[in-house]
Amino acid sequence: MNQAIWAESLTKKFGSFTAVDAISFEVGQGEIFGFLGANGAGKTTAMRMLSGLSFPTSGKARVAGFDVYKQPDQIKRHIGYMSQKFSLYEDLTVQENIRFFGGIYGLSLKEIRTKTAQLLEELDLEWIAKTQVRSLPLGWKQKLAFSVSQVHTPSIVFLDEPTGGVDPITRRQFWEMIYRAADRGVTVFVTTHYMDEAEYCDRISIMVDGQIAAMGTPEELKRDNNVPSINELFVQLARHTSSK
Amino acid sequence: MSITISHITKSYGAVKALDDISFDVSKGELFGLIGPDGAGKTTLIRILTTLLVPDAGEARMLDLDPVKEFRKLRPHIGYMPGRFSLYQDLTVLENLNFFATIFGTTIEENYDLIKDIYSQIEPFKHRKAGQLSGGMKQKLALSCAMVHEPDVLILDEPTTGVDAVSRKEFWEMLARLKERGITILVSTPYMDEASLCDRVALIQDGHILQVDTPASIVASYNRQLLGIKARNTLRLIEDLRAYPLTHSAFPFGESVHLALAGDLTDGELPEYLHQKGHEELEIEPIAPNIEDCFMELMTKKQSDK
Repeated sequence: MNQAIWAESLTKKFGSFTAVDAISFEVGQGEIFGFLGANGAGKTTAMRMLSGLSFPTSGKARVAGFDVYKQPDQIKRHIGYMSQKFSLYEDLTVQENIRFFGGIYGLSLKEIRTKTAQLLEELDLEWIAKTQVRSLPLGWKQKLAFSVSQVHTPSIVFLDEPTGGVDPITRRQFWEMIYRAADRGVTVFVTTHYMDEAEYCDRISIMVDGQIAAMGTPEELKRDNNVPSINELFVQLARHTSSK
Repeated sequence: MSITISHITKSYGAVKALDDISFDVSKGELFGLIGPDGAGKTTLIRILTTLLVPDAGEARMLDLDPVKEFRKLRPHIGYMPGRFSLYQDLTVLENLNFFATIFGTTIEENYDLIKDIYSQIEPFKHRKAGQLSGGMKQKLALSCAMVHEPDVLILDEPTTGVDAVSRKEFWEMLARLKERGITILVSTPYMDEASLCDRVALIQDGHILQVDTPASIVASYNRQLLGIKARNTLRLIEDLRAYPLTHSAFPFGESVHLALAGDLTDGELPEYLHQKGHEELEIEPIAPNIEDCFMELMTKKQSDK
């Protein structure tokens, strides 16, 4: 299996506080990897290091074949990123957002035109191409943001709580988009607070206090820990730390 | 009745945020307002907490009118807004003292009421609110909403963006407050939290889809539902959607839920899926959960339009 992400003893300290404590893992190309953890467990810090936004304190990591210390700019160019909080410009239209992000990632005008037509058709959004993003329902925004995060056909996408607050039908349509992306060979690295979504991943890891407390396929983790659901396992692992 | 809502409508420009909403909440009830972002939950809560005036219809809170009698009503409501609303640059203790003082009371006077929650953050009482973890902020906000001993507690998405463990602990705190006779209205986008409420209103696009106990909502689901697993989930969903008797097919955790549009003959579906080349096939009848019901009601509503 080709490695899309490889991390060994990856660590980040802020002063005396160790936010990410020597985590090691690999994610294969085309894999859907669920990155779970309680609030404050270190998920965001780890994701920032893997996406070239923050230097590790120690340890090694390669993302899309690039070194996190030496080639953070290459990493940024070769990954896609979307989060619940920020992904699109609300006061730009659907079409303008696609053009903007296409431009940022260095696509030619011709490529942007082709890509825009393709995205709008796939999402069935042609009829509102000239509508400001702010007036779209949240679910449409999130589906659009997911597509825009791949405007430069990255080999890996990082999704930070992409489905928070989205209605149950759209949430599932979103996951079908994730499945289709993985089917095309795109690696998906995703965080979520919906434990049922953890079950959709090929493999998951659960972070507790900066460390990876459990990692494997959802089936393996349930079987090995003798629990009926990932939710149960998550609560068991994270319970003792959450009251801090 | 602690809360009565009759035919409330509210628009923002051309957007109808609430469209003819009616339901009641009894005294001492733990009532859930359940729906996704943009459903109208916050608008309704802001009307009930006297912060927004409806375009039409009326609400009664503790037999008072939130529009005309807002001054009389406010001391009796505890309100925890969706966004963290406390003073980030005041300490835990200063925040709590502030809220006690503006409601004309003291922490000592109602300590017994907030003890269960506040004692968990009391060791950090000199820390600034802005430096608390998510779970601790939530506990402080709930303490501040409770410090004046309100009769009704209104919580706007207290568990959004909060991890599964803190969510569980928060609901345990609400259950203990309910035991003290406090009426609680809580909104949430997490459908699985419905089962922790006495009754719920399912809300979508400004419309109430159903109001009932979680058990009755599940019991009123009238389709045959199957849980199906196969090795390739994406292909399974696509093949199930192409099946003539399928009403809907959606992934639900580790299986796909297939809601049927009619009666199935024995062996017909397994044969179809085997023909499509599916391996490691498991098919079993299952009971619906609130999310199945919500999705069914959503689809009905959309096809009614």
